[in-house]
Amino acid sequence: MEKVFTKPHALCDVNLHYCPGCTHGIVHRLVAEVIDELGIEGKTIGVAPVGCSVFAYNYFECDMLQAAHGRAPAVATGVKRANPDSVVFTYQGDGDLAAIGTAETVHAAARGENISIIFINNAIYGMTGGQMAPTTLVGQVTQTSPYGRNAETQGYPIRVSEMLATLEGPAYIERVTVDSVPNIKKAKAAIKKSFQMQLEGKGFSLVEVVSTCPTNWGLSPVEAMEWLRENMLPHYPLGVYKDITKEEN
Amino acid sequence: MAKVLVKGNEALAEAAIRSGCKLFFGYPITPQTEVSAYMAKKLPKIGGCFLQAESEVSAINMVYGAGGSGKRVMTSSSSPGISLKQEGISYIAGADVPCVIVNIVRGGPGLGGIQPAQSDYFQAVKGGGHGDYHLIVLAPSSIQEMVDLTSLAFNLADEYRMPVMIMGDGMLGQMMEPVEFPEEDEGAVYAEKGWAANGTKMERKHNIINSLYIEAKELEDTILERQKKYDVIVKNEPRCEEMNTEDADIILVAYGTTARIAKTAMMKAREKGIKVGLIRPITLWPFPTENFKKHADGKKKFLCVEMSMGQMVEDVKLAIDCKNSVDFFGRTGGIVPTPNEILNKIDEISGGAF
Repeated sequence: MEKVFTKPHALCDVNLHYCPGCTHGIVHRLVAEVIDELGIEGKTIGVAPVGCSVFAYNYFECDMLQAAHGRAPAVATGVKRANPDSVVFTYQGDGDLAAIGTAETVHAAARGENISIIFINNAIYGMTGGQMAPTTLVGQVTQTSPYGRNAETQGYPIRVSEMLATLEGPAYIERVTVDSVPNIKKAKAAIKKSFQMQLEGKGFSLVEVVSTCPTNWGLSPVEAMEWLRENMLPHYPLGVYKDITKEEN
Repeated sequence: MAKVLVKGNEALAEAAIRSGCKLFFGYPITPQTEVSAYMAKKLPKIGGCFLQAESEVSAINMVYGAGGSGKRVMTSSSSPGISLKQEGISYIAGADVPCVIVNIVRGGPGLGGIQPAQSDYFQAVKGGGHGDYHLIVLAPSSIQEMVDLTSLAFNLADEYRMPVMIMGDGMLGQMMEPVEFPEEDEGAVYAEKGWAANGTKMERKHNIINSLYIEAKELEDTILERQKKYDVIVKNEPRCEEMNTEDADIILVAYGTTARIAKTAMMKAREKGIKVGLIRPITLWPFPTENFKKHADGKKKFLCVEMSMGQMVEDVKLAIDCKNSVDFFGRTGGIVPTPNEILNKIDEISGGAF
């Protein structure tokens, strides 16, 4: 019988620990498919964060480093500067990238560091059980915003893609989601473009993936996707925020 | 090679480059900034990488990335900056990544001052960051020794797969002395790093640089395994200079800049007929315990001289099993002790012999 669907080579043949309906699995697969399609597994080095995707080092067949919370862009910088011919990516959540690791993120972007960042924004701290994240929406209930995020006392969610796009350093920034087959295809194209631009030495790129956390949102996987469309996407509009290849044209 | 007159910080930087370190990540802080400045000038010209990070936190994590992917790498800072690096140092130790960290110590706590101090001893030898780990800590007392120990630091880091700290002070960093640099072996092949995350080339299983072990048993196993390495280091790597200890009634114990001042005090005391010796630990961890043990006779008096409030005293007491008396004289907060101050203390503990 003809085999029509298989696991990407760059994805390890292990059980992922993610909750049912979590979008990490989809994004992991997309990253692995891109690594396969570009034929770069042997020279790709990934950096795992602290958060739900902390075990990402067990899920990719390429070499991996596990970084301290928020420090992945700095670790990736060290890897890339030491091995300029490698392809270096980080895979980070919103708490990791936009709270404790804000400085590392902004300065890697400002330097135009030739790395790719896959940024999972699900508006909550998943690993620690659902606390308020820097991307938690105003009014959103979490363990540490039990009455809903109050802008007066807890401030406003950060739009990372828009913020980084104001810098001169980044080459490519796009926000995507994985709530439907067409959007998954777009997300994969964005990840692929990010890796390709790195291969071409174009500099820093970040793909923000608007994601779900059914467990900590207290919703079924299907309801979580609906909640994402109704609440996340209006605040985090999809699209390309920076693309120097377009500016060149 | 002829001797050249060089500032400590610059000598250390040049020695690192000659030891095969072509990657440096730092952040400006007095009194070690010349290390960064030297690297910034030199490394781009020889195909290396100097990067001024956005913080000490980032700098040490860049070191983790570069060291974890197999390259010789160094960072340098001074006390408050070293405090910031502790998170990264703990991860580096936990992931068994070799690297060299320089601390040109200044007065603390807090922002403290910018003058020479040795008050980071506890931080360097008893932890600093979280978890069960050690750094090898090397304490040069001259610019030449800074050069020599820098080369040793890279070799030890690679051999034992661990972070090594060179602990100087503001005096050593800032002063100039004639030194002889070793010739760089351009074709040097450093330790094979089959464990490094530098790309599988599709020839091996992936390497993972990691300090996370969610199963307690697994974590304990890695710590026990690392402890075996520490046991070897404690046995094989202590380094020490010992002078005039055999006939001494009083043995001064000092390292770094303070050891040079203690040496002067020792010679002055000898001129006056007081039998004074000196033990100068070169490795602060592992502590050169054996050099002390043989003097644990209950008779000789020890006098620790430090630019701190006496952070090394407990290690001396432990080394001699508290069999002899251990006194302390120190200045701190950036004040360098004078030979005469030490002589006065020697006089005091020798019962007013002169």
